[in-house]
Amino acid sequence: MTAASGFVSGQVVRPPALWAPILKDAIIAALVAVLLALPLVGLQTYDIGGGALGIRTHFDWVALAAVAVFAGRLAFRVLHQLHRGHRRRSAARLARLAAWGNRQVLPITLAGIGFAVALPFLPFSSRYLIDLGTTVLIYVMLGWGLNVVVGLAGLLDLGYVAFYAVGAYTFGLLTRDLDFTFWEALPFSGLVAASFGIILGFPVLRLRGDYLAIVTLGFGEIIRIVLLNWAPVTGGPNGIGGIPRPSFFGLSFARSAPEGLTTFHQFFGIDFSPDHRVVFLYFVILAMALVTNAFTLRIRKLPVGRAWEALREDEVACRALGINPTTVKLSAFAIGAMFGGFAGCFFATRQGFISPESFTFIESATILAIVVLGGMGSQMGVVLAAILLVSLPEFGRAFAEFRMLIFGAAMVGVMVWRPRGLIAHRAPTLRLDASPTR
Amino acid sequence: MTGAEGPAALLAVEHLTMRFGGLLAVDDVSFIAYRNQITAIIGPNGAGKTTVFNCLTGFYRPSAGRLVMRRGDEFLRLERIEGFWIARRAGIARTFQNIRLFAGMTVLENLIVAQHNPLMKASVFSLAGLVGLPRYRAAERAAVERARHWLDRIGLTDRADWLAAALPYGAQRRLEIARALCTGPALLCLDEPAAGLNPRESAELNDLLLGVRTEEQIGILLIEHDMSVVMGISDHVVVLDYGRKIADGTPAQVRSDPEVIKAYLGEDDVLPPRRSPVGEEGGASATRRREW
Repeated sequence: MTAASGFVSGQVVRPPALWAPILKDAIIAALVAVLLALPLVGLQTYDIGGGALGIRTHFDWVALAAVAVFAGRLAFRVLHQLHRGHRRRSAARLARLAAWGNRQVLPITLAGIGFAVALPFLPFSSRYLIDLGTTVLIYVMLGWGLNVVVGLAGLLDLGYVAFYAVGAYTFGLLTRDLDFTFWEALPFSGLVAASFGIILGFPVLRLRGDYLAIVTLGFGEIIRIVLLNWAPVTGGPNGIGGIPRPSFFGLSFARSAPEGLTTFHQFFGIDFSPDHRVVFLYFVILAMALVTNAFTLRIRKLPVGRAWEALREDEVACRALGINPTTVKLSAFAIGAMFGGFAGCFFATRQGFISPESFTFIESATILAIVVLGGMGSQMGVVLAAILLVSLPEFGRAFAEFRMLIFGAAMVGVMVWRPRGLIAHRAPTLRLDASPTR
Repeated sequence: MTGAEGPAALLAVEHLTMRFGGLLAVDDVSFIAYRNQITAIIGPNGAGKTTVFNCLTGFYRPSAGRLVMRRGDEFLRLERIEGFWIARRAGIARTFQNIRLFAGMTVLENLIVAQHNPLMKASVFSLAGLVGLPRYRAAERAAVERARHWLDRIGLTDRADWLAAALPYGAQRRLEIARALCTGPALLCLDEPAAGLNPRESAELNDLLLGVRTEEQIGILLIEHDMSVVMGISDHVVVLDYGRKIADGTPAQVRSDPEVIKAYLGEDDVLPPRRSPVGEEGGASATRRREW
């Protein structure tokens, strides 16, 4: 897989015409820079008084940009030419690292889980870090849920956030109208979201690829717009507030408990700290994510999981083998949606307030990006990509408005160096001679 | 070869007609495929062979005609059964002209997916499998043993954990046949199994098919251009041209049939030969020029 990049760099320039294509390339880059810079930096509006706008031209800046791009591109290509061997070596090193990672899946997994469990107790840990960890874990869980639909069953779903919203609103409505607690509402959130997965699944049974993506995109928007406009039930743009926090086996994390109830800090005889709840929420989502992962890893090795992957590979062959594509697709949609619903329920209890604003298309896109960047179908890849995609913008806060630029550049970088995702390895569900399913 | 009572009819195709808009792809074709026999369907390119297959296996719904499949004492009308149910209820398995393996899965997984339905039943829709009941584990072990049996037969046991896409072409062809056999079919439909095979692989394929026919007691329906395969192993040959059946009989009968010769060679005084001549080499080269 990494051999491809070496191949591309190897065929770029043949010795006889070494400089011509490099120069040509640099000139084209400079022209593109001029085209882009002309409206962006070449024309500047300013106030000429009385609220009217005048236009100032800065062609010197455009020329500067063109020269800079020309020189930069030229230097890049020359360096690239001189270090071809080096680049191939680094590609090989990357491949070796990936192969090593594939062999050491179990130790790496255990180390990762150990780190996640220990995180709140590490000396450098802070409330901010644990909050960030909780957000990352929500996305890990969503990524694992979507991985069933996109990574395993190969059904491109651009509206996954709809199930996240359904889960969150199920809890919101149950607690507002029926006084459900988090733990009581959790299974219902999953069930309702799974039903919505089936509802979405039916009309799109015959669709694949681009067409499926468009319909799921529309479905996601329908859910959001219904939540926005059905004000009597969903509260419309005001959302639902006052959602209760989860309790620890009936012990709340409040400073003082109402009559007849005990709080967490009273029960354990420790001083009250608002951090207790933050840490507890972190462990709840960690446990939910790990259950999702265990379930997915297990079901992958069952007939239905193999049928999902077979459907991704070739639907026609599946039919010829007597596999019912309808039930296979619907089960993938339902199970993926169920995990989205669980995550939504957790999101609602963590925020204490939900509104349609939290469930926009950008969320779907982020979750899908996590799955694709991580490597379709790879559980470990989802974790890496979620850490990258969620925490990178956080660490990028120092760069203020360049944050999204860095984010985009990182995504482009990953796709250039690892076109099939960070972890493109697929472990077989069973091997000959190995004992079938652990 | 079938004992005293003679060959038992397995599949009766009666007046099968398939129309695509104004195009009559299959025109009133009738033939019978027998258990323990290899029935070959041959004919020039575009004669409607694959269309017949697609009607049989539920990918097309015939415009007219009856397709009767005998399963035990039951007679199933294939044209009334929904696509994927044909493989499950009627026991018809097929391969494809352009190989359709699950390329990103391993060889063994391909064979296990083929046993999806019995495994699904054993896992009680995955519930028993999720909690790891022994009953499901036993079913899975049996499925692996069955896969191993076929891997041994096609000589891919040592490559069981390879990705299917990584196999050489001939092995992919054999794997697709093994995958179809893993469904435990009563009738195996092979769409050009020898296409793209070299003569040695082609001879191995003949042995495999003859062995399967006698060991598994199933009927085989075969579309093939490679005449060494058709003439070597078929018990019965059906010749199609322009969607019509022009001949039906033993390989020897068909080979000397004037209609068949005309269809393949063209009539000298009317038109130049419109299709590749039939024969040991001619068939093979025609095959090689096809889409691969």
